[in-house]
Amino acid sequence: MQEDKDLKEIQERIYPPMVEGDHSFGTVSDKIGDVTLKKRTPFFWFIGFGISFMVAQLLLFAVTTLLAKGIGIWGNNQPVGWAFDIINFVWWIGIGHAGTLISAILLLLNQKWRTSINRFAEAMTLFAVACAAMFPLLHTGRPWLAAYWLFPYPNTMGIWPQFRSPLIWDVFAVSTYASISLLFWYVGLIPDLATLRDRAKNKYFKLVYGLLSWGWRGSARHWHRYEIAYLLLAGISTPLVLSVHSIVSFDFSVSQVPGWHATIFPPYFVAGAIFAGFAMVLILCIPLRVWYNMKDFITDTHLIYMAKIMLATGMIVVYGYAMEAFFGWYSASQYEVFMVKNRIWEGPYWWSYWLLIICNGLSIQLLWFKRFRESPFWLFMISIVVSIGMWLERFVIIVTSLNRDFLPSSWAMYSPTIFDWSMFIGTIGFFFTLIFLFVRFLPVISIFEVRTLLPDASVHGVHHDFEESVLEIQNTEEAAEGLDEKPDRHRFE
Amino acid sequence: MAQFFNKSANNIARISMVAAVVLGGTAFFAYTQIARSSYLTGRYLEKQQPVQFSHKHHVGDDGIDCRYCHSTVETTASAGMPSTQTCMNCHSQIWADSPYLEPVRASFRENKPIEWERVHDLPEFAYFNHSIHIAKGVGCSTCHGQIDNMPAVFQENTLQMEWCLACHREPEKFIRPKSEIYNMQWQDGDLTTEERVDLKAKNKIRGKEMMTSCSTCHR
Repeated sequence: MQEDKDLKEIQERIYPPMVEGDHSFGTVSDKIGDVTLKKRTPFFWFIGFGISFMVAQLLLFAVTTLLAKGIGIWGNNQPVGWAFDIINFVWWIGIGHAGTLISAILLLLNQKWRTSINRFAEAMTLFAVACAAMFPLLHTGRPWLAAYWLFPYPNTMGIWPQFRSPLIWDVFAVSTYASISLLFWYVGLIPDLATLRDRAKNKYFKLVYGLLSWGWRGSARHWHRYEIAYLLLAGISTPLVLSVHSIVSFDFSVSQVPGWHATIFPPYFVAGAIFAGFAMVLILCIPLRVWYNMKDFITDTHLIYMAKIMLATGMIVVYGYAMEAFFGWYSASQYEVFMVKNRIWEGPYWWSYWLLIICNGLSIQLLWFKRFRESPFWLFMISIVVSIGMWLERFVIIVTSLNRDFLPSSWAMYSPTIFDWSMFIGTIGFFFTLIFLFVRFLPVISIFEVRTLLPDASVHGVHHDFEESVLEIQNTEEAAEGLDEKPDRHRFE
Repeated sequence: MAQFFNKSANNIARISMVAAVVLGGTAFFAYTQIARSSYLTGRYLEKQQPVQFSHKHHVGDDGIDCRYCHSTVETTASAGMPSTQTCMNCHSQIWADSPYLEPVRASFRENKPIEWERVHDLPEFAYFNHSIHIAKGVGCSTCHGQIDNMPAVFQENTLQMEWCLACHREPEKFIRPKSEIYNMQWQDGDLTTEERVDLKAKNKIRGKEMMTSCSTCHR
């Protein structure tokens, strides 16, 4: 008996269970499907949705004023020609990256823990990209003309966009990213939408879920095609995790501005994006698992894994900060050196730099400690601080590089106006409005993928592999301790 | 469990997939055509003018030179609209009592210019100068068409940027000798390709980079 207990402990150490509690195929479908189909919409949903929707009205206010009066209502002006519009764009795009990493790279790497978080992480990606896309569209002042400025098509001007500009690369990177993310999310939803269609009692729900599930019947042929399509999409999205934010970073690094013109930018931006993205996933899933009682599917192990990824990517970002300062000094260019001084201690925005270091550099050091990693409360707090820090990072990069440029006569301070703030806060409201709608109407966790994690799904096979690996560990442990007792291969059988 | 959808839903789904592609493609093609249509560009549309003035009669039948009325075309950005006095040079003697010309006489009596409807209206963000085009060998009819055949003047070309650039990219296809600028009968085939390339060099027309630079036309 003691051996069995040890065995279980070792088992949990090697393969922490990704689904806790005593679940069968049916209970998984019930638990996740009932959120949309059966349960009465909980009270907190109305509160959360109501608040988010009200905050989203700020966006309506900001955009209406913008369209009526033009972009002069924003605070950016020479020399800070880019400000909130691109800060918020990069911030939102970055947040989306965790979703793609979870859905594509972790799928290809066969990381089972992605399964219960990929669905809403992908939704988060889509909604974040939607928020991000608003900024470049609206910063044109006339968004209805933006398509004709941005996309190459046989227009009546007889010219193409400037293909040598990173801004046009951005258009392609972001639109590819949005369409692949949408496709990936939707393809993954089809089997679950079919489950909801079959379980729905309401005629209209049946119709809508039925239309969206495209006649999915779950035949072997359907699953075969589904697996191929999903794997292909994962393959297509994998490079996007790296390429999209690299290209976003080119908006800066291809230019000549001190503080932007640095080779570290692409990897530094990508790491920052994944960092910010996992912070947002944690911000969303910690309340979600409590409110909807989903702790069986989004276990503490999931949170710990995400915390570790945050710590790793956060440390890469901190390395990026160090390198930015180093490059400034190593360039031996007086403008680069001046920029570093201006950014860190001499300039008027020094406080933003140090806030950034506290938020992104210091706060994550807590994650080295098990106590903080294992506490959802602390993870939630750190994630919020990191989200603020990642926003500050873009503020520091953009504003402190521009506000004191080559000519002292053109130096000026930047301060955002009420319209800048209301548009930014409005997109946050819009984002959470979409998240609440998503939680209400679609399965937040992939039902069929969670089923594959259940013991029922692997009646054969896994047990055998597992025993082998336990034996291996025991063998090495015993060998290390100098015990000459031979392992008994049969004792577990 | 009973099937919620009828069997025909399969076909509807297949057809709608094909239809989405076909309709999307058609809509895009339609957009590119409508954007160039005279509905949006005003091309070929005659405008009602305050006086029934016929270029066909004055240019084609009478043979009056363009510059008699559009006198500043060689020296300024605007070709210039004739004052009522210019009209009265002749019409104080010829057709002096014609009811058609009453608006002209009224304008002369009251010293109030005739309010012509503008036919060729370039947007303000495009900087256009007639004199440089004349000086480099672009004839009137290249842009305005055969005015001597138009009883009421209409816009012969789209005036869209792609139309401007077609010539700015390859001016040698459209230019003519200075002596032929005001010749309404001139055809592009009247010079050989080599002659036109030589003419481009002789008129010192700048290279493509300068001719198609943004700030050449948008200043």
